[in-house]
Amino acid sequence: MQLSRYWKRDIVILLVAAFVVAWANGDLEGLLGIPGWQSYTVRIINMCAINTVLALSLNLVNGFTGQFSLGHAGFMALGAYTTALLTMSAAAKDRVFFMTPLVEPLRKLTLPFLPSLILAGLVAGVFSLVVGVPALRLRGDYLGIATLGFAEIIRLVIQNARSVTNGALGLKGIPPVVNLWWTLGAAVLCYLMLKNLISSSYGRAFKSIRENEIAAQAMGIDLFKHKLLAFFISSFWAGVGGGLLASLLTTIDPVQFKFPLTFQVLLMVVLGGMGSLSGSVISATIVTYLMEFLRVVEETHYLGSITIPGVPGLRMVIFSLTLVLVVVWYPKGLMGDRELSAEGLKQLLARFRKAIRLKGESSS
Amino acid sequence: MILEVREMRMQFGGLLAVDRLNLALKQGELVGLIGPNGAGKTTVFNVITGVYAPTRGTITLEGKDITGMRPDLITRMGIARTFQNIRLFSRMSVIENVLVSLHWRLRSGVFDAILQTRKYRDEEAEMRAKAMDLLARVNLDSVADLPAGSLPYGSQRRLEICRALATEPKVLLLDEPAAGMNPAESIELMKFIQKIRDEFGLTILLIEHQMRVVMGISERIVVLDHGVVIAEGTPREVSRNPRVIEAYLGVEQHA
Repeated sequence: MQLSRYWKRDIVILLVAAFVVAWANGDLEGLLGIPGWQSYTVRIINMCAINTVLALSLNLVNGFTGQFSLGHAGFMALGAYTTALLTMSAAAKDRVFFMTPLVEPLRKLTLPFLPSLILAGLVAGVFSLVVGVPALRLRGDYLGIATLGFAEIIRLVIQNARSVTNGALGLKGIPPVVNLWWTLGAAVLCYLMLKNLISSSYGRAFKSIRENEIAAQAMGIDLFKHKLLAFFISSFWAGVGGGLLASLLTTIDPVQFKFPLTFQVLLMVVLGGMGSLSGSVISATIVTYLMEFLRVVEETHYLGSITIPGVPGLRMVIFSLTLVLVVVWYPKGLMGDRELSAEGLKQLLARFRKAIRLKGESSS
Repeated sequence: MILEVREMRMQFGGLLAVDRLNLALKQGELVGLIGPNGAGKTTVFNVITGVYAPTRGTITLEGKDITGMRPDLITRMGIARTFQNIRLFSRMSVIENVLVSLHWRLRSGVFDAILQTRKYRDEEAEMRAKAMDLLARVNLDSVADLPAGSLPYGSQRRLEICRALATEPKVLLLDEPAAGMNPAESIELMKFIQKIRDEFGLTILLIEHQMRVVMGISERIVVLDHGVVIAEGTPREVSRNPRVIEAYLGVEQHA
């Protein structure tokens, strides 16, 4: 009885995801009558799903465990390069690696997408342990600086290890395997996994570390083990997200994985609410959508005889302002550390109705 | 002797916080550790629970050396504590606060938790039942699902003790549990402490700032001043000891 209630919300999520896939894969072009819309919409939904995976995973460490990590871009890069190198065909690799040939076992090795993606997660996860063992001994801002540094080291190594990564030239011709089933599937899987983890005893241990490290340790919690566990799972999904991104974009280079990428994901986590899974899903979707929608402000507009020149990068200015406003009005983000639930929605609706009723009474 | 501290010294740079401390607790005893502000009482707790490694000396629990062990491992050996400034997980619910203390006994792995296997669900149900039982024993079962931070002060103190009890300790260290309470509340709390000592078969070391509060319930009192023990004995003996009176009230200046 309790179990069925427990899984009810998950089934709803799965249905919604399946509906989105069916809707987007269906004949949208014919439905809306706008040519070219289908692939654009599908692409945005893909990006929403990938960003959801990234925001959820960063939230596990930053929001739930309370460890301020800024290394996400590094782990994404590891995942992206692993996926790319494992899925590209030998011929494609030879075409790309024309300056320095690719080292031997990798040159001929080609794997299907799923094992490549899992390996991408594992590579990122293993590296997170290498980074985490020294870095997680630090606290607060120091941990942020250390993880930021490690991410940059990973990126620089990728940029210079030309016989493995093709250096600054990047990789092109990555098989575009990814479709909505992959991205939304990963997002749903990531959400369910983290939701179960967070609501379990392990999740309580994570949250206790966030709330008060000294008390958590005094209650028998092994701080280091649990921080490392959260870091590993978070980085695993960052790697998977990076792999999905590589296959979606079909081309990657080290510059993509500079620290602004981490901040973009961090923005989603903070906007959605540190410590709220549904907050991360909502804000990843909104931010991704707005990123596209706001392209309008960077274009040149003609109003009769007046010409408004487009300003490249204005989107980012708007995003910075949004972040400032959110921090001023909603210091805890949209959701705080609460979760979206049917019960909560009902209460919100009830409050809304009450407000309308009161307004009606006062005006009469 | 269940807990024994021998010749312990704790030095922070040039500051000698505690020196030559000898302390031995018998099974089932309730000992008060008192002293004026800055006497080093909390430092003693922090050394016993592994927050600091002592500069010198040893601490043994049931004959096993636990000197300088990590705090979580010391908790698992059987020493639990509360904090002077309440350190609840305030954004977590009351029952979750207690469940955290049960986590280290969890046998299911992470994958059991993620996949919500039968094994994990059974264990979770078991943990919840146990936590509810503990909460009922400290009269907090009716507020189990409220955020811990929303409880009134006295209840927060009780929850801290409940959370410490959930680790199933042999020795319980209470750091000024009556801080910020009025005399009537303090007396009620002391009765409560005596009750849990008997119910759970605990050995308790209790820090208290006000002498009056511990007089009634402690079998033995140790008085600390400037990091050294200046008196030890029954409450009656200690309260008549001139060095104790001097430490608390200051010495009269003769012209």
